[in-house]
Amino acid sequence: MWLRSYSTSLYLFLYAPIALIVLFSFNAGRSGLSFECCSVQWFGRAFSNPFIMEALGTSALIAFCSALIATLFGTLAVFGLERAGKRVRLFFDAMTYCAIIIPGIVIGIATLIAFISLFEVVNPLLDMLLGAGLPRLRMGLFTVIAAHSLFTMALVIVIVRTRVESLDRALLEASADLYAPPLETFRRVTLPQIAPAILAGFLLAFTFSFDDFIVAFFVAGSETTLPIYIFSSIRRGITPEINAISTVIICVSLALLFTSRYLQNRRSGA
Amino acid sequence: MNVALSAPALADAGQAVPVESRSLARRVTLLLLLPSTLWFLLLLLLPLVIILVFSLGERSPVGGYSAALTLENYLNLGARAKAFYNTLVLAPLGTLVCLVAAYPLAYYLAVKVQRSRSLLLTLVIVPFWTSFLIRTYAWIFILGGKGIPALLAMVGLEDVRLINTPSAVLIGIVYGYLPLMVFPIYVSLEKLDKRLLEASSDLGAGAFETFRRVTLPLSAPGVITGSMLVFILLMGEFLIPAILGGGKVFFVGNALVDLFLQSRNWPFGSAVAMTLVAMMLVIIALYLKLVARYGKRGTEGML
Repeated sequence: MWLRSYSTSLYLFLYAPIALIVLFSFNAGRSGLSFECCSVQWFGRAFSNPFIMEALGTSALIAFCSALIATLFGTLAVFGLERAGKRVRLFFDAMTYCAIIIPGIVIGIATLIAFISLFEVVNPLLDMLLGAGLPRLRMGLFTVIAAHSLFTMALVIVIVRTRVESLDRALLEASADLYAPPLETFRRVTLPQIAPAILAGFLLAFTFSFDDFIVAFFVAGSETTLPIYIFSSIRRGITPEINAISTVIICVSLALLFTSRYLQNRRSGA
Repeated sequence: MNVALSAPALADAGQAVPVESRSLARRVTLLLLLPSTLWFLLLLLLPLVIILVFSLGERSPVGGYSAALTLENYLNLGARAKAFYNTLVLAPLGTLVCLVAAYPLAYYLAVKVQRSRSLLLTLVIVPFWTSFLIRTYAWIFILGGKGIPALLAMVGLEDVRLINTPSAVLIGIVYGYLPLMVFPIYVSLEKLDKRLLEASSDLGAGAFETFRRVTLPLSAPGVITGSMLVFILLMGEFLIPAILGGGKVFFVGNALVDLFLQSRNWPFGSAVAMTLVAMMLVIIALYLKLVARYGKRGTEGML
């Protein structure tokens, strides 16, 4: 019996802070820390704040591009791994594991230094070849996209690979026995079966990139993503506006993740 | 040859077809693996190697790096001893509190709940899916002056400070990582054969004795996996101390942000980062050793 009440209180512990943010985003007062019921004005304010909108756009663009790259490279890798030797697979296992387990802060620092070292070599070369005064390579959107696509690619590999390994081989053989050329088998048998996993991987990659703060904090240069904006705002004090935009983020990322989850589990029975 | 992934068919084809198309097949494989391999090499391995090289270098007068070969940065680690100390105290403590808090819930879900178990499990994971930053700053409401301290003042406990203390960071840690701890423990408890518990009580063992001698040892893989995951992630934690510790309780992660983004002492920062990675590798090695001892049962709850 005590187990039950203990578990209930843990659920309360898990959800109370999230509920508070949502509640406070409907604040009618101006203070971020005391509540007056009830108004939706802060959602309007948040969506007409040019800084928030710009950060939102940047985050969405980064998340979309890095998820696209992660899904493409990751899915290709899974197909390649099916045909590769044992040593190649071991290498990929180790890399995937590393990319997932190494904390964001180390990935952020490592990519920051790598990019800056790269730019120190490439920029003078560009000046030499194209003449000085041209725009130089520097930290910005594409460095964040590169860094995000690295660790989200590892997630895509894990998800798509799980599905590929549970594929029914008999179907592929049946297709070949019925004289379907390999590409036809791929298009009509393999692809429909793994497409949900690929989409699930994309959505998960998008959410991880969209929610990431620490990696972007290091490699974003002068760009501001939404988490970076929120972080720097709360250092100055919490406003109902920030609560409103947080509520929107919570809702959107939950919707994406439930879709991803649904796609992953569909027809696999897991 | 084929892009379809029929391993058996491919093996057959490999023996039947001439050498030319086998080398073509190999080239296709290579092409499929090329982008991801490049990504891993350029964005993961190479950067780690560069950090290692930087950590042996010197700080240039304008900040950044100048080439050298010295261990000075490592010998100087004591300058950030406080950050290492905080991390090495609060990370294990946080892991322990997480474990103690999570175990009863995992046990309840795996052993006691019959209906709506998957719903309850999903409810544990859902907070972990939402933005870590937002979930962490929510605690500013609760621990700040108008939250719990105000409630305590009403019952006569004046001047309780929670925000910007180690306790606040600890609460943030438990809140953030609890789901990650529950899941692996749940997985190993769920696989536990319930008849063993009955057998134990039939043989006259009390509830506590059964727990200590049957349940706990059999759930050890989950406990180990969960603790390792949480501990590793805690070692690199930045957000929780930054938001709830208010610059007073800082981790190695916070020192790293300072060294790289503010004081721009990259060689020293690299040495701190390498030390952190080395400590993590030691823990992972320890974990693999433990897994080898207890069998591989718990590792499935990893992701």
